[in-house]
Amino acid sequence: MRTILFIIQKEFKQIMRNKGMLPIIFVLPLLQLLILSNAATFEVKNIQLSYVDYDKSTSSKELVDKFRASSYFAVLESFPSKKLADEAMEKGKVEVVLEIPLHFEKNLIKDKKADLAVYINAIDGAKAGVENVYVNQIVGQFNQNIMLKAFQQQGQMARPMQVTTIPSFWYNNTLNYKTYMVPGILVLLITMLTLFLSGMNIVREKEMGTLEQINVTPIKKHQFIIGKLFPFWVLGMVIMTIGLLISKFVFAVPLIGNIGLIYLFSSVYLLVILGMGLLISNYTDTQQQAMFIAWFFVVIFILMSGLFTPIESMPKWAQNITLFNPIRYFVEVIRMVMLKGSGFKDIYFQLIIISLYAVLMNGLAVLSYKKTN
Amino acid sequence: MGISVKNISKSFKKVKAVENISFEVAEGELFGLIGPDGAGKTTLFRILTTLLIADEGQATVADYDVVKDYKSIRKSVGYMPGKFSLYQDLTIEENLTFFATIFGTTIEENYDLIKDIYVQIEPFKDRRAGKLSGGMKQKLALCCALIHKPKVLFLDEPTTGVDPVSRKEFWEMLKRLKEKGITILVSTPYMDEAALCDRIALIQDGKILEIETPQNIVANYSHKIYNVASHDIYNLLLDLKSYPTMHSVYAFGEFVHYTDKETNFIPADLVKYLLEKNHSDVEVHLTNATIEDVFMELASSNKSN
Repeated sequence: MRTILFIIQKEFKQIMRNKGMLPIIFVLPLLQLLILSNAATFEVKNIQLSYVDYDKSTSSKELVDKFRASSYFAVLESFPSKKLADEAMEKGKVEVVLEIPLHFEKNLIKDKKADLAVYINAIDGAKAGVENVYVNQIVGQFNQNIMLKAFQQQGQMARPMQVTTIPSFWYNNTLNYKTYMVPGILVLLITMLTLFLSGMNIVREKEMGTLEQINVTPIKKHQFIIGKLFPFWVLGMVIMTIGLLISKFVFAVPLIGNIGLIYLFSSVYLLVILGMGLLISNYTDTQQQAMFIAWFFVVIFILMSGLFTPIESMPKWAQNITLFNPIRYFVEVIRMVMLKGSGFKDIYFQLIIISLYAVLMNGLAVLSYKKTN
Repeated sequence: MGISVKNISKSFKKVKAVENISFEVAEGELFGLIGPDGAGKTTLFRILTTLLIADEGQATVADYDVVKDYKSIRKSVGYMPGKFSLYQDLTIEENLTFFATIFGTTIEENYDLIKDIYVQIEPFKDRRAGKLSGGMKQKLALCCALIHKPKVLFLDEPTTGVDPVSRKEFWEMLKRLKEKGITILVSTPYMDEAALCDRIALIQDGKILEIETPQNIVANYSHKIYNVASHDIYNLLLDLKSYPTMHSVYAFGEFVHYTDKETNFIPADLVKYLLEKNHSDVEVHLTNATIEDVFMELASSNKSN
């Protein structure tokens, strides 16, 4: 026990003395949390919209005004011809072009039907999809107004049937993306930090030759491993705490559930990540190799964590792969506890899985750690 | 018995690093492994310090088997690897305390053993190990290897990259440690250091060429060695090599060492031959054999086998 404590003490001294690493450990993750949380938004706003109005009628003006009134669109000046609008699209000056054909109003009144062309820049497919939805919403509202007017003109008293949906967004009333992104990004940062640090730490001793000196001593495997990994477990918890404080006081993310559950889960989760770091360092000889392998896993874990793309919309095989992704469970749990106020019973399943994962990872890591070649 | 090695072999893929090596080191003996880089000295050290498992053969250190009793060995030996391998970002004192702690002891408990060495670096005890000079690093490493009062001390090329004054001091320290009953196995590529050991093993290409006391190794040398010099060392080497009764020729400091096959060799004949070859300032005179001469002799006959 005294030996373990002493190694821990030594490890902390070394971490604190590493002037290059210290800011990377403490400042960078929090800076990332602040920046990423503000930047990683899926909201599409300020869509640059322009239009070509061949009709120049009251109806066409009304339609354009509808777009102007929307907060999603920034309506630019109109183009005299479709050709000029296309050029602007190619130069990237506009995102969406609305083409209102000649006799738009006339057809609307006469045939109760008119065509409208919409051109959307789909370089970013997801964004184009959202833009399409917005355009349709506005055109839909415009349609209803026209219909109402038409009925009134015909003198019919009966109001047309209408179905309106009033959505209620549970657990995130205002659909504030920060509310669900900040906890996810926090998980991601803690994972990256602890995986890289623990992975590189033991490899560094290999590189420096100090591991050889240590291996000749009567130090026991478990003493060395615990002594090496415990400081990073503590670091992970500290960063976690600072991150939670930032999400509470900077981003006003609600914390409905019991914060103890988040700590319980992350204390087990960090064991998984540290075990993985140890495993990586056992199979590598230089910090560079360790870094690349850690990166490889982190990128896959992040993309398949459900943080940026919902797991439900992945193909079945990809969904199955995410079952092996520890980040996935932590992202789920932290969102459930913070936003939904889930209790122990709700996260029981994830906790069991992550515990098994911790046993497996550390078991493999300890088995593959050898003092003798 | 301090160390006993019996028929140890170890290969890395196709390279035989150590081949069928056997030797014994008595308790309290200062034993030197002398050989060039790549001779297999470090591999042997790693096997004896339980870092590497030999393919064949047995070895014991302080009467413990290197495979079966590796735990006991780790408690009772001190190892100083060739490369400086202490924590560069910890101070002298922290490094020493660290190693004392993981061996379950304290600096105070064994202070008398390291006192002579530690007093020399004590003024800098708050300096980080990475900022020490080569000589000081080596003294610190020796302190760390000694802090748990080992029965056997392994020193892998301890004086490589250390200045001549520190080297001399270092060997004096080893002598004092030996007097305290510690068995020492030391390797070095420097032949002049070999003379300071009780016994030495000359090692090359993973094989032991000879094991003897330094005095006997020199005394057993069968040839007469001549220092030869002229104004043009390069052509001197070439011309000597083409002398009909030449046995061996190699540069040795400012001279060329020459041995002849014939027992009735007359140096004056050689002088005459060299003057015919347009050499001036020719000098040929008898000299004493050194360990390096013996090594060159054994190494060349080992190669030709």
